[in-house]
Amino acid sequence: MIISVASGKGGTGKTTVAVNLALSLDEKLQFLDCDVEEPNAHLFLKPKIEHVQPSFIKVPEIDESKCSLCGKCQSVCQYNALAVMPKTDKASGKVMVFQQLCHGCGGCMLLCPEKAIKEVDRKIGVVEIGKAKDIDFFHGKLDISEPMAPPLIRHVKRYIDKNALVISDCPPGTSCPVVTAVKGSDFCLLVTEPTPFGLHDLTLAVELLRIIHVKFAVAINKSGETDNIIDDYCKKENIPILLKLPFDKKIASAYSKGENIVEVFKEYKNNFKGLFNSIKTIVNNK
Amino acid sequence: MKVCVSAQGDNLDSSVDPRFGRCQYFVFVDTDTLEFEAVNNPNITGMGGVGIQSAQFIVSKGAEAVLTGNVGPNAFTTLQAANLKIITGVAGSVKEAVDNYKNGKYNSTNGPSVDSKFGMS
Amino acid sequence: MKQILVISGKGGTGKTVLSASFASLAKKCVVSDCDVDAADLHLLLRPKVKETINFKSGKSANIDENLCIKCGKCINFCRFDAITSDIRIDHASCEGCGVCTYFCPVSAIKMIENECGECFISDTRYGTMVHARLGIAEENSGKLVSLVRKKSQEIAAEQNCEFLIIDGPPGIGCPVIASLSGVDVAVIVTEPTLSGLHDAKRVIEVARHFKVAVNLVINKFDLNLDMTKTIEGYCSKNNIRLLGKIAFDEAFVKSLIEVKPIVECEYSKVNKDIVDIWQKLAYN
Repeated sequence: MIISVASGKGGTGKTTVAVNLALSLDEKLQFLDCDVEEPNAHLFLKPKIEHVQPSFIKVPEIDESKCSLCGKCQSVCQYNALAVMPKTDKASGKVMVFQQLCHGCGGCMLLCPEKAIKEVDRKIGVVEIGKAKDIDFFHGKLDISEPMAPPLIRHVKRYIDKNALVISDCPPGTSCPVVTAVKGSDFCLLVTEPTPFGLHDLTLAVELLRIIHVKFAVAINKSGETDNIIDDYCKKENIPILLKLPFDKKIASAYSKGENIVEVFKEYKNNFKGLFNSIKTIVNNK
Repeated sequence: MKVCVSAQGDNLDSSVDPRFGRCQYFVFVDTDTLEFEAVNNPNITGMGGVGIQSAQFIVSKGAEAVLTGNVGPNAFTTLQAANLKIITGVAGSVKEAVDNYKNGKYNSTNGPSVDSKFGMS
Repeated sequence: MKQILVISGKGGTGKTVLSASFASLAKKCVVSDCDVDAADLHLLLRPKVKETINFKSGKSANIDENLCIKCGKCINFCRFDAITSDIRIDHASCEGCGVCTYFCPVSAIKMIENECGECFISDTRYGTMVHARLGIAEENSGKLVSLVRKKSQEIAAEQNCEFLIIDGPPGIGCPVIASLSGVDVAVIVTEPTLSGLHDAKRVIEVARHFKVAVNLVINKFDLNLDMTKTIEGYCSKNNIRLLGKIAFDEAFVKSLIEVKPIVECEYSKVNKDIVDIWQKLAYN
């Protein structure tokens, strides 16, 4: 079973919920941090990294001896990653490849009439694999100034063991990286906070999950007097609220040091176990 | 010879546009006669790879040198592959830029003057 | 005109609340929200929309059900897992490469331009605001950010504004890179937590890569004084100007619920700090 933890808005406590859920369950599980732009879960799970796997996307390389400068590759490429410079009296003509722009679709290689294009690897980041006690830990780290997050997220997800319990911490937002991360999950827990910002971004995230047909429910972090902002919306939309973590300066301070709620305040373990049981019920309820 | 100036307007009195790939106009000027042709930059709102496309466009128009404010790495490599002279750090009006170029006041650039995405806004 | 971008790497550090406060403190400004994925600034500034621009970007594959013979050839060519086993396009995953169209034996797939968001030009009490809404599950937020940046710069120049204040997106990817272009200074809003510092460092690297000056603000600094010290040390070692520190104050949440920039709430205890930060940022 794959459980994704996501939120429209950043900083609502996505990672906190995902990590504490993982630490509360007495089963073997895989933990994936798919927030490859700003991965944080490792700061709390403190895994021992055992392997570092560079992550590549395929980009074209031109064999100039075969290339006829016909221009097919440039016309196929939707991302402007190829430029054919014609032969002139001053320049010999060549095809230039701009790797940073390439999405790795493979079109140019497949369609080159001279078979002059092969694919080579371009590194966009790394996947680090390790262990945090019994938890198998995986996260992606995007290289600095690298715009292409989705391929790295797909790479992290390739480590998913279909028979295992998987908890996946997703990137914030509602665009392509989140879709890539959440797709294929059995369930998605949306973490929000009881403020107008939290509500606004939650409604966007709900819209997204309805489009990609993933079952979901809500967890309220920093819960308190203003919960009705979220409660009323969820009631209207018929969305279950599975967990409320109270707003507490002690929790915030523990978090700031990289400490986990369920380790400092053991009584919370039951809340997360309860959360897991509710998720199981929803997932099994066809 | 024909040179291309990135410009904010469509004539010789227009200011040089500091952006290359996403400049408003390309003004092609004959340095001997000062005859010119101003072309609306077709790539201004392109998705990515705009510098490359602008560079290819200029090459296809037969310019031999480019006068502009800044050139990113992608456009630079493209222009270089076609053996164009690349002059960066140019400011003032299009006409001044062409005059200065004719009088040998500029040196060609050996590398890109800004990082990619400089002109994105 | 001074262009100020407020970013954080990590979400939830108070970026938008500060941006709104800066807008309130600046006398003549244009405000823009470049967090097009989860835009929130409008909730505080309550803009009245004057003009809406449709945003089209990229293409997406579409299968003509009448022509498709369900041979499944397209599935094998798609590198983005965007074609389902029952031969439908998963639009949320399609990156618009068009490879499938070349290999469909019955030419049943066409590329159609995506209408994937809207950009708004609005009036607020503080000046013109440029903001946007990206369609759910759409890509290319970087390009929509570029559109917001371009419009806001044009308007700020037209109105001869002293400041352009930009609420930036979280993360370090494409939208952040797009919002950094052309700004004079990036203000990083962080909090004294392990993740706050970790993410701030990464976004600072990105800003410096694009040669943008970096200033820093520590929000909720009293949550963890040791960590605050660590961040201060990091700033002085790396030559980053620390604009100021803001204490944890429940007024932050309260001001949100009242839908007002915090500096306009008289019960807030941190207003002086925010004003000082703004003075430094704006004038020296």
